[in-house]
Amino acid sequence: MTTPSTTSEATGDAVRLTGISKTYGSFTAVHPLDLTVPAGSFFALLGASGCGKTTTLRMIAGLEDPSGGSVRLGGRDVTALPPYKRPVNTVFQNYALFPHLDIYENVAFGLRRRGIKSVKQQVGEMLDLVQLGPLARRRPHQLSGGQQQRVAVARALINKPQVLLLDEPLGALDLKLRRQMQLELKRIQTEVGITFIHVTHDQEEAMTMADTVAVMNAGRVEQMGAPADLYENPASTFVANFLGTSNLIEAEVTGVLGGTLHLVSAGQKLTLPAARSRADVTAGDRVLAGVRPEKITLAHRDDEDAIPAGRNRVQGRIVDSSFIGVSTQYLVDSPVGAELEVFVPNVERDARLVPGAPVILHWNPEHTFGLDAAQDIDAGTESDDEPAPGGGGAPAAAGAASAVPAGGAGGAAA
Amino acid sequence: MTTTTAPLADAPPDPAPVPAALKRAARRRRSVPYLLLLAGVAWLLVFFVAPMVYQASTSVQTGSLDTGFKVTWHFATYWNALTEYWPHFVRSLVYSGIATVLCLAIGYPLAYTIAFRAGRWRNLLLILVIAPFFTSFLIRTLAWETILADQSPVVSFLNRVHLLDVTTWLGVTEGHRVMATPLAVVCGLTYNFLPFMILPLYTSLERVDGRLHEAAGDLYATPFTTFRKVTFPLSMPGVVAGTLLTFIPASGDYINAELLGSTNQKMIGNVIQSQFLRVLDYPTAAALSFILMAVILAIVTLYIRKAGTEELV
Repeated sequence: MTTPSTTSEATGDAVRLTGISKTYGSFTAVHPLDLTVPAGSFFALLGASGCGKTTTLRMIAGLEDPSGGSVRLGGRDVTALPPYKRPVNTVFQNYALFPHLDIYENVAFGLRRRGIKSVKQQVGEMLDLVQLGPLARRRPHQLSGGQQQRVAVARALINKPQVLLLDEPLGALDLKLRRQMQLELKRIQTEVGITFIHVTHDQEEAMTMADTVAVMNAGRVEQMGAPADLYENPASTFVANFLGTSNLIEAEVTGVLGGTLHLVSAGQKLTLPAARSRADVTAGDRVLAGVRPEKITLAHRDDEDAIPAGRNRVQGRIVDSSFIGVSTQYLVDSPVGAELEVFVPNVERDARLVPGAPVILHWNPEHTFGLDAAQDIDAGTESDDEPAPGGGGAPAAAGAASAVPAGGAGGAAA
Repeated sequence: MTTTTAPLADAPPDPAPVPAALKRAARRRRSVPYLLLLAGVAWLLVFFVAPMVYQASTSVQTGSLDTGFKVTWHFATYWNALTEYWPHFVRSLVYSGIATVLCLAIGYPLAYTIAFRAGRWRNLLLILVIAPFFTSFLIRTLAWETILADQSPVVSFLNRVHLLDVTTWLGVTEGHRVMATPLAVVCGLTYNFLPFMILPLYTSLERVDGRLHEAAGDLYATPFTTFRKVTFPLSMPGVVAGTLLTFIPASGDYINAELLGSTNQKMIGNVIQSQFLRVLDYPTAAALSFILMAVILAIVTLYIRKAGTEELV
């Protein structure tokens, strides 16, 4: 986590939302929401499309009137102020650059509106910050997507807003450029020390860039915290599934012994540190035991005796495997419920681990987390914007593409 | 790729004809645009270029209907026409200029509302804008005779609120009448050409991305500044197209002056019409037409220079 050299208000909150909500007719886009963003932080609002994250951002910007609650910026109530009177600036999803103005005038727009006459030096510095100095006299349509994106950032940042709001700013860029811009934005944020609130549906993006992530679902904040904390200790099935992937096993509590929950699921005994369980359970209750796919070790059943004692074990049979490069992803059918996912780093590949092979999944009980079994176990899995395992789709597609010329060559040789 | 012949493939066609066929296809493709242009070019030649040439020659002829007209390169006709009818030229340009400004003033808010605020009423409003076209130009102008008649409710109302005193003081009406005054002619022109202003304005406003308004507001622009600095500049193509489509036909119009004006409101179109059809002085009529054309061309060129089409996106 980077701690940027905060400028003016080193302490205090940049944004404080109190009971803010938004309803459209009978539809509630944002449920009454309390949110505090510390000054100087890189804050991400993460969620699937339609979860209310953009609406929340627009209410901070003043582009949307809240149905209830208040917005405070740096301690000042701005709920009733129109956007042009709020000390925030937005980087819009499709940049919304002014097509009739060149890059220089686009960047200077905010300064000129505030009656600042000599903008030359500031605009020059800002264009240098986003490395677009030589393109100052170009029109937006003459720039590539990544360059337009940087203009949008410069145009907003030059006003030195109390808070910079970014609404899916990287959504229109291709994967490689997006990675590059993520680092770039992070660099700029560290350099200028302004509070950034970043709205995104991309969990990887949120985790790589933000100090604090708030995961939103259906108009509510499900969980908020540092990326690593959210990933390791999800509070709900939605967070567990939306942030990366999780294997969730429905189990029955057989007993609580010395801070450890003893569970059983389909005859398989598991343990879970009571401190890592979000559900307050006693013997006889049901609980969801979760474990991340990369925490699991996969062993062939013949090697069962070699597994150290005290580890959680689940029997299964490999259904599918896909080679990703750095790792191999296995899908394992097991009696404990859904198919379990296992990511095995490609260090020493076991040739016996092929579809159909009987296996034992084992992991350190410390890596198990417990969730309330009353929730929808699949919440957050059907993310329609991005496949859940980050980048999982891309190598598969590349493989399919490379198979075509190979097949074509084979046909010609025949 | 080496040229290993696939044994299973059908006997490949002789390689020579392929480029020939391709060349033929390319030639055909190249000629298609010209074929498509053919009808339009033929139309323009017969109905635009030929009459222009004919009128140009008429304008330098002398003679009378009885003795017949001969080309004598009598360019003095132009000078005579200009010296005799310059007030009509000026009046035409002033009337159509005012009508264009009024059209812009009325049309812009309307087009803006239809483009940004009308919601589901948008299409209905657009249909209403073009609805007058379902009736003939002449009938609509005749209707204005009724609207502006001395005893009409509109004129009585204008009298009652003493607005006509103001317009009379301004010199655009006379006494308590509207008919047969400059005001009536300008009203008719404004009404008749308003749709030609609204439609291009609407088209270019409709293309302005609403998110730009949000972006401007986010960058400290008040709604009015947003309009001045973002919306209006982006609608300039529509403003230019609309003003041209209004000003050019309005300056040549004679129906409005004929039906709503008196002899004191005759525009250059009326002069040309009467020279052609009543006085039968064809050379003068043709010369007047060419002068009008040249004047409009000059004004439009200056205007486009000034409005700066290079600013248009």
